[in-house]
Amino acid sequence: MAASEGATESNLRHAFGNVLSFFILLLIGVLAFSIRLFSVIKYESVIHEFDPYFNYRVTQFLTKNGIYDFWNWFDDRTWYPLGRVIGGTVYPGLTLTAGTLWWILNSLNIPLSVETVCVFTAPTFSAIAAWATYLLTKEVKGTGAGLTAAALLAMVPSYISRSVAGSYDNEAVAIFALIFTFYLYIKTLNTGSLLYATLNAIAYFYMVCSWGGYTFIINLIPMHVLLCIVTGRYSSRLYIAYAPLVVLGTLLASLVPVVGFNAVMTSEHFASFLVFIVIHVVALAYYIKGILSPKMFKVAVTLVLAVGLVVCSAVIAVLIAMVASSPTKGWSGRSLSLLDPTYASKYIPIIASVSEHQPPTWPSYFMDINVLAFLVPAGIIACFLPLSDASSFMVLYIVTSVYFSGVMVRLMLVLAPAACIMSGIALSEAFDVFTRSIKCQLPGVSQNSQIDVGDSTSGSVVTQDEVVKTDKTEDSLKERPSKKNKKKERERERENVEKASIKTPIQKRLLVLPLESSVIALLLLVLLGAFYVVHCVWAAAEAYSAPSIVLTSRSHDGLHVFDDFREAYAWLSHNTEVDDKVASWWDYGYQTTAMANRTVIVDNNTWNNTHIATVGTAMSSPEKAAWEIFQSLDVKYVLVVFGGVVGYPSDDINKFLWMVRIGGGVFPHIKEPDYLRDGQYRIDSQATPTMLNCLMYKLSYYRFVETDGKGFDRVRGTEIGKKHFKLTHFEE
Amino acid sequence: MSGRSLIFFSVIPFLAILCSSFSPEHPTDRRVLVLIQDTAIKSSHSIFFKSLRDRGFELDVKLADDPDIALQRYGQYVYDALILFCPTIERFGGSIDSSAILDFVDSGHDLIITADMGASDLIREIAIECGVDFDEDPSALVIDHTSFAISDTEGDHTLIASDAFVQSDVILGSTKIEAPVLFQGIGHSLNPSNSLVLKVLSASPSAYSGNPKAKLSNPPSLSGSAISLVSVVQARNNARILISGSLSIFNDRFLRSGVQNAGSSTKYEKSGNEQFLTELSKWIFHERGHLKAVNVRHHKEGEAGEPSMYRINDDLEYSVEIFEWSGTSWEPYVANDVQVQFYMMSPYVLKTLSTDQKGLYYTAFKVPDVYGVFQFKVEYQRLGYTSLSLSKQIPVRPFRHNEYERFITAAFPYYGSSFSMIAGFFIFTVVYLYNK
Repeated sequence: MAASEGATESNLRHAFGNVLSFFILLLIGVLAFSIRLFSVIKYESVIHEFDPYFNYRVTQFLTKNGIYDFWNWFDDRTWYPLGRVIGGTVYPGLTLTAGTLWWILNSLNIPLSVETVCVFTAPTFSAIAAWATYLLTKEVKGTGAGLTAAALLAMVPSYISRSVAGSYDNEAVAIFALIFTFYLYIKTLNTGSLLYATLNAIAYFYMVCSWGGYTFIINLIPMHVLLCIVTGRYSSRLYIAYAPLVVLGTLLASLVPVVGFNAVMTSEHFASFLVFIVIHVVALAYYIKGILSPKMFKVAVTLVLAVGLVVCSAVIAVLIAMVASSPTKGWSGRSLSLLDPTYASKYIPIIASVSEHQPPTWPSYFMDINVLAFLVPAGIIACFLPLSDASSFMVLYIVTSVYFSGVMVRLMLVLAPAACIMSGIALSEAFDVFTRSIKCQLPGVSQNSQIDVGDSTSGSVVTQDEVVKTDKTEDSLKERPSKKNKKKERERERENVEKASIKTPIQKRLLVLPLESSVIALLLLVLLGAFYVVHCVWAAAEAYSAPSIVLTSRSHDGLHVFDDFREAYAWLSHNTEVDDKVASWWDYGYQTTAMANRTVIVDNNTWNNTHIATVGTAMSSPEKAAWEIFQSLDVKYVLVVFGGVVGYPSDDINKFLWMVRIGGGVFPHIKEPDYLRDGQYRIDSQATPTMLNCLMYKLSYYRFVETDGKGFDRVRGTEIGKKHFKLTHFEE
Repeated sequence: MSGRSLIFFSVIPFLAILCSSFSPEHPTDRRVLVLIQDTAIKSSHSIFFKSLRDRGFELDVKLADDPDIALQRYGQYVYDALILFCPTIERFGGSIDSSAILDFVDSGHDLIITADMGASDLIREIAIECGVDFDEDPSALVIDHTSFAISDTEGDHTLIASDAFVQSDVILGSTKIEAPVLFQGIGHSLNPSNSLVLKVLSASPSAYSGNPKAKLSNPPSLSGSAISLVSVVQARNNARILISGSLSIFNDRFLRSGVQNAGSSTKYEKSGNEQFLTELSKWIFHERGHLKAVNVRHHKEGEAGEPSMYRINDDLEYSVEIFEWSGTSWEPYVANDVQVQFYMMSPYVLKTLSTDQKGLYYTAFKVPDVYGVFQFKVEYQRLGYTSLSLSKQIPVRPFRHNEYERFITAAFPYYGSSFSMIAGFFIFTVVYLYNK
């Protein structure tokens, strides 16, 4: 009687918890979406930065011409005169997603422009990514951890930096795809359902469509499978989770034009096939072990080992020979620079020249994941108590992503979800422990809670279920301050006490902490969370919402807004012929084609190093040589970005050394030391003659002295070296 | 730049109403400004002026220091050509100066410069800009002690007779100039870095440039056939410039007089000056040697319309019509050396065009197996003719996804293996499920 009463009570609480967590998730979604709208509020609803402009242009093409024309699109307005096969060289996931969204909205008679849809794609998907995080963490450690992790991910600065409104880049949807693929993998692992395995392959396909980072998945999952096998955790669930993914996933991946045969040919995918073989061998071994007597099995093992070793060594020898015969050992440059962090700076200046490919600094960890960095170790420990297949996967995920983020700052983005999940687990476990301690020591006993206690003391299995429930409530409490922020703290604390008072004290428990320290620790944790929220909102509002095509500068008489980029592109589109070619450094290629609609020589899709080196050489050559190079490329206009007057530091003069390096990498007559005085890069009177005579210097500082009479460069903080000169082959 | 051309295009209709002037359709000059140093030149060079007037030119003869002269009015050039018969002028009247004259040429107009003994710095400066350097010694003349013209007054051998013409029917007409040309003036050399300037009349190997009244103390700065007497320039914009070291070469007296070269026994009743100058002025004023290319067409083999883009390995046909201006009408241009390039950074296809002798040039070729933005380029530069430089951009795309061959023989083993796999799996499933 009492038991059934307790069951209905528990059911009621269960339902209540579900409804609560649903609303919490809804709020998390709203939070994730709205925290990314600072850029729209502070600036305007525009596409940001460089790559998003290309994606935007592609999306426009897609919505105008349909998917088949998009697939076969040969773009003759970029990479003149080589052209670029857009359909075959772009990851279409983002474009197709936004295109589909636009199409759906238009079918519903909601006439949004393509640009609006593109601007808000990233915030929308970050909300969905937060929900996917909830699902993933729930699979690993239960609902409470899931909700905490989702809340953390909704506002982690690292992710915000890539997904503010207007930042219409691959990562915007790829992070969702990444988390969701992991979720389905874990789900399959936990359930052993073939349905989830198939869904997993489809999610993987979406990830492959979206981002080159899919290689992370196809290496991480095999690593985990291998880990499980080695630690003796092989099960049929593992087989179902892995084998269909490799077969279906590889088939689907090779359907994406940009991947194509790479899905089976490059070394990035090699690990998955190797593990695929291994898992079959192991499966066979387990099967044979099941049907043979132990003695016969031993004989069989020796037999198979003997034959297998010979065959394996032969196969491996062939493979090694094949891989070794290719110059890059079958790895692409970006992947190689991941394995050997010094690779890019040694051999491929074009990869090293991109700031987001540099190794991050310590402050950037604090900036991008903030307090999560301290919570992650606690999360890892929590994952080991107890270690399941799912939690071992999470441990592997965090370890590898920490390594990768240490190599390339841009992969901080892959680390962020892992850090959120780990911190979510850690926070939720900590809350769990503290609130339970408080609950145990507070007086007041009720009937049903005694049953709970009885359950929890009798079996650890049930405890886990209970933990889930308590987590839910705790999280709901913790969640509120992150949205409504301060003020609520006291109220929450009161509720905390109330909720906790429902529970009964358990004097027998060994893990009970003193009441005072529990309360203080809880307060500290809440404070930590509050700091995190404050930091995230600051980062979203100040650090990561600038669209970079509109510049602002603060001075004593207020805020100045420079719209020079768009004015320049508008000038180009109004004053030049439709077929004119514009040469600029590749950073501005996408924007020029998208905003000015002019043909460019090189752009941000840096697929042809020689072509970029040609432009770099032209920029670092004297005027006449540069003119000849540009003439051979039919260039009529040269676009340089100069920030010496307004103090805009990422202008072409500051990028110039990379032009020299990249140009010199292909054309050896350009030598970097010629541009440096005693190893220092300078543009003042101490600069080398080569530097003072190169096209970039001349174009940047042409008539610069007329601005203030001295030629004082506000970015470099010096007076320029050569002030009065004329352009002979170019005109302003 | 673009603004200027916009004005230019918008003014063209007005010009056409005002007068028949230089236009792409009618390249011969019409309105010529002649700047003379003193009014005597009007009568002393009347034959040359008359021949121009007879050919339909409107000559506007003005004194060089006339304060009212101007090349432009309201930003528009009011003349198509300029003749400078003022070798010693130090500065022009009105708004004309050397940069105005060079701008005039830069905008595609023609120019005749004459220097003479004591040529002014202004004239020299203009000549230098055109790529010729007159002898710097102001009193130097071209002296030739072996091929001077025998005249009544035995002089200092500065009146020379030269027949070292450039070998070009386009520049000097198809009838051979038999008699040598009388020349008395200063010599010039061509700037070796200028590839556009060309000697039309050069001195004999025994000529040199020096002061005839003084003893030659140093080796002459210019000597032999390196001395050019008359040169022409065809600029990249097809403006044509004549540079002569002598004003008297245009003189009535020289045009009428007979000539006998000291080195030869033939005596000509009449010097070659008139024929030489008439033919040369025809060339200078675009009555000859002016080409135009029209109707550039290209299309896929078997189709008529011009596509916006080709696919790799398409077969295409290309044709262009080339005409030459005869002074009154456009005649088909006949040659067998017109080539077309299919060009992307370097020519992928280079083909000589066949012609039907009526001005149509055509060819057919296969697009190379390379995609990118190509150009059809015709670069036709021949001595004396205006340069033809046509380029037409055309992108070449790779195969579409459905343009590849779908079933290839080499893949039959793969089809076989995959279908047998499907069948085998099906049989296996049936056997496994129902084998009890």
